[in-house]
Amino acid sequence: MDAQLPALQIVIPLLAAPLCVALRASRAAWLIAVTACWSSLAVAISLLRRVLAEGEAISYHVGGHAPPHGIELRVDALNAFVLVIVTGISAVVVSASRASLSEELPEKRHYLYFAATLLCMTGLLGMTVTGDAFNVFVFLEISSLSAYSLISMGRTRRALTAAYQYLVMGTLGGTFILLGIGLLYMATGSLNMADLAERLCGMESNRTVQAALAFIVLGASIKLALFPLHIWLPNAYAFAPAMVTAFLAATATKVAFYVLVRFLFGVFGTDFAFDAMHLDRVLMPLALLAMFSASTVAIFQRDLRRMLAFSSVAQIGYMVLGLSFASELGLAGGIVHLFNHAVIKSCLFLVMAAIAIGVGSTNIEDLRGIGRRMPLTMAAFVVGGLSLIGVPLTVGFVSKWILVRAALEAGLWPVAAMILASSLLAVVYVWRVVEVAWFQAPAEDAGALRRPPLGLVLSAWVLAAAALVFGVFTDATASVATRAARMLMEAGS
Amino acid sequence: MSVQTAILACVLWPLAGALAVAACGERRRNLREAASLLTATSLFAVVAGVLLPAVSAGGRPRVEVCEVFPGVPLAFELEPLGMVFALLASGLWIVTTLYAIGYMRGHGEEHQTRFFVCFALAIAGALGVAFAANVFTLFVFYEAITLSTYPLVTHHGTPAAQRAGRLYLGILMGTSVAFLLLALIWTYTIAGTTEFTPGGILAGKAGEGTISVLLALFVFGSAKAALMPFHRWLPAAMVAPTPVSALLHAVAVVKAGVFTVMKVVVYVFGIDLVGSSAAGEVLTWVAAATILIGSCVALTKDNLKARLAYSTISQLAYIVLGAVLANELSILGGGMHIVMHAFGKITLFFCAGAILVGAHEGDVSRMRGLGRRMPFTMLAFLIGSLSVIGLPPLGGAWSKWNLALGAADAGQKAILGVLMVSSLLSVAYLMPVVARAFFSEPAGEPAPKGKGEPNGHARGEAPLLCVLPPVLTAAGCVALFFFAGELQALLEGIELR
Repeated sequence: MDAQLPALQIVIPLLAAPLCVALRASRAAWLIAVTACWSSLAVAISLLRRVLAEGEAISYHVGGHAPPHGIELRVDALNAFVLVIVTGISAVVVSASRASLSEELPEKRHYLYFAATLLCMTGLLGMTVTGDAFNVFVFLEISSLSAYSLISMGRTRRALTAAYQYLVMGTLGGTFILLGIGLLYMATGSLNMADLAERLCGMESNRTVQAALAFIVLGASIKLALFPLHIWLPNAYAFAPAMVTAFLAATATKVAFYVLVRFLFGVFGTDFAFDAMHLDRVLMPLALLAMFSASTVAIFQRDLRRMLAFSSVAQIGYMVLGLSFASELGLAGGIVHLFNHAVIKSCLFLVMAAIAIGVGSTNIEDLRGIGRRMPLTMAAFVVGGLSLIGVPLTVGFVSKWILVRAALEAGLWPVAAMILASSLLAVVYVWRVVEVAWFQAPAEDAGALRRPPLGLVLSAWVLAAAALVFGVFTDATASVATRAARMLMEAGS
Repeated sequence: MSVQTAILACVLWPLAGALAVAACGERRRNLREAASLLTATSLFAVVAGVLLPAVSAGGRPRVEVCEVFPGVPLAFELEPLGMVFALLASGLWIVTTLYAIGYMRGHGEEHQTRFFVCFALAIAGALGVAFAANVFTLFVFYEAITLSTYPLVTHHGTPAAQRAGRLYLGILMGTSVAFLLLALIWTYTIAGTTEFTPGGILAGKAGEGTISVLLALFVFGSAKAALMPFHRWLPAAMVAPTPVSALLHAVAVVKAGVFTVMKVVVYVFGIDLVGSSAAGEVLTWVAAATILIGSCVALTKDNLKARLAYSTISQLAYIVLGAVLANELSILGGGMHIVMHAFGKITLFFCAGAILVGAHEGDVSRMRGLGRRMPFTMLAFLIGSLSVIGLPPLGGAWSKWNLALGAADAGQKAILGVLMVSSLLSVAYLMPVVARAFFSEPAGEPAPKGKGEPNGHARGEAPLLCVLPPVLTAAGCVALFFFAGELQALLEGIELR
């Protein structure tokens, strides 16, 4: 049983998805999805514990064929950590989703949502767990296609255009990754990542390999919504059903970031990607631009959803910035922020879902004075918002601490100052909402509030509590991230 | 109760008080006020009864809560400077609670429960700052003070209050994140620790330039100290109810800022390093400029609270000056001035509020003849003013004396001049208030009835709870002159090297 865990990670949601379709009933589908998600989380946690205990990667040969010719699933500290994040967030979001879903989707079609979510999860987990480059593309397409369908389930017709926009951009991204992998195969004759890493040694001047790097970085950057390739993201997040946004915001871009990290550090290696190709000179300015421009745009959004979406683009900038230092500390900062941002943003999107139900609008203007009327929900927003800003003893502070240290360690003190300055922009856009919700009197013509489902508020609080707990006991996340970063840096050099 | 438990209890106790206050709510307001008072008095009893003897005996009890980053625990450690700040904050909290009860009820303010809850939270933050064992812990509680006082500043909820709140949060959070946090992480990167250590942790670890930049980041990052040019939040925050201005903007918030500066100078840099650095020299002049400019601006303000706000800016810069002059006497003077100024300024703010409640007057030019109507309030104002000016037999005399000696010790003759001029300026902006009140004829009573009658205090003093506190703190100003020796003995326990 233990030996099959890497395969189970993919198989559980993959089998649960058609089961949902077969049963159709909303409650049954929900129960299956919830069971699948929580058992996936259990699998991910036991994988992480095993990896940390054993100290080396777990290799699983699919069908018993040995790599490099057979497909290998390979779990190490880095992707085990990502697996825990993806399954953990999915478990919380899916558990909360039934109540909120009834608002946006007729009950007859709930099973489609659960099936698509499970498929999307399958794809994301597959991308994470696999040690085979081509598999990354296959699972990427599985997750993308189900994500398009999830987004198009949105209430308004604009969800369709948003899904279409994402489809065009996402397909471009997927195709670029495929081209990159194809070029790698052409140059080396291998698709196994570990094998590729060995064969790529000494091929720094090979034009084919250089082109492959360019394609893969570009493709992954589209999928992870790196500025200025982020244009699909705000619409997709704003018009998808609220629960889909909460799910995708915490998982899809994070796994895309993982893929970028895996290829840059695990396949190409730092010597090639950063010392020879100077990717940091591209990625660092783009990351800084993302942090500043997206945060600035977020300040001027009237709609809470779009504000949070642009804030996501900015936060992705922090992750990419960490990676672009190409140092152990910087990478650890990026990985830790992957975890922290997943927790914060899914918490905030769940709160947003509760607001949408309670007030019937996510327009910031309409939120006047709801702090007193929905205190529990809005208190969760405050906790999430403070984490986003990076107030000490929240998870956001942990990321900031490590990233600033990485910048100072690299002697880039202007970058350190910019990290802190950009987090002040977060103060502005978060506080704007806090001020409206808590310190302004409700509008005269404000309608009655509906009580948001308890499960939804509770789930938001689970994540808000996680943001506080991991902000105080930072060892749990930071040490895993540091281990993962050290492993990647040692393998890459 | 062991001292370690007592330290934790002191930080957590106001939080428990906040919960109790929230639980009582508006409906049981007498019980709520009793909870506030009980928390405040018991807190002071523990600080003065358990913690003070331990520190006076030379002990440095330490308690670690948890290790947040490797080598950076959330930890508390008692030492004399922090002890002084804790005593001050917890002691004046009692008086201010009394005053706040009288003021909030007399003024018919709304959201009183939220007010008292946030008040207690701010005190918890102040005690956390006072007991912090390292820069990280100090930073955590420094931010907690900012966040918990924001609802107090915007208490009235008017657009003006919200604008002030934005400025407050923007400047305090902006500087603390952009400068203080950067300095904190930078220090950690250089020294590998952020623990407050006698003699400092940075000596010999970084070059002259880095030290200077770091010092500037720390001093400007603590914008609660209101050193120019990051002082704008303080006059803006005067839109808050007067008890808030009194405790938070004469005691807890601003003193947390100057306390941070002193603590960092003494325990992170060490006074020798600051004394020899270029930034120390520059900052001395920034502080001197703030002293003079603040006093001059105070002269131009007709609104009493605004005048007091600029006076605070000027007086806070004395403490920063004491810190960056960095010798035994100036540190002693700065530490004493934290206490002396707190007592003097809180008296003045209490009086300003009492005048507002009793006579509905906020402008100095309209306070003619007020002394006859409110003799106790105006006498307290006089005593507070004299203490802030620094005349014997009031506490303020000792701190200015030591600061002047410190300046002379550092060979800064010009700074001595600045101190003299500034004392004269403070006479010029404080004395007219008293003179008008006692020696001018009431200005023909321009429609006083319509203004003052509804509450029925138009002819006399404000309610007892508004008058008693300033009288008490004014008595404190006098007592501090005669018992300054105890304070000095405590502050001389600071290990400077």
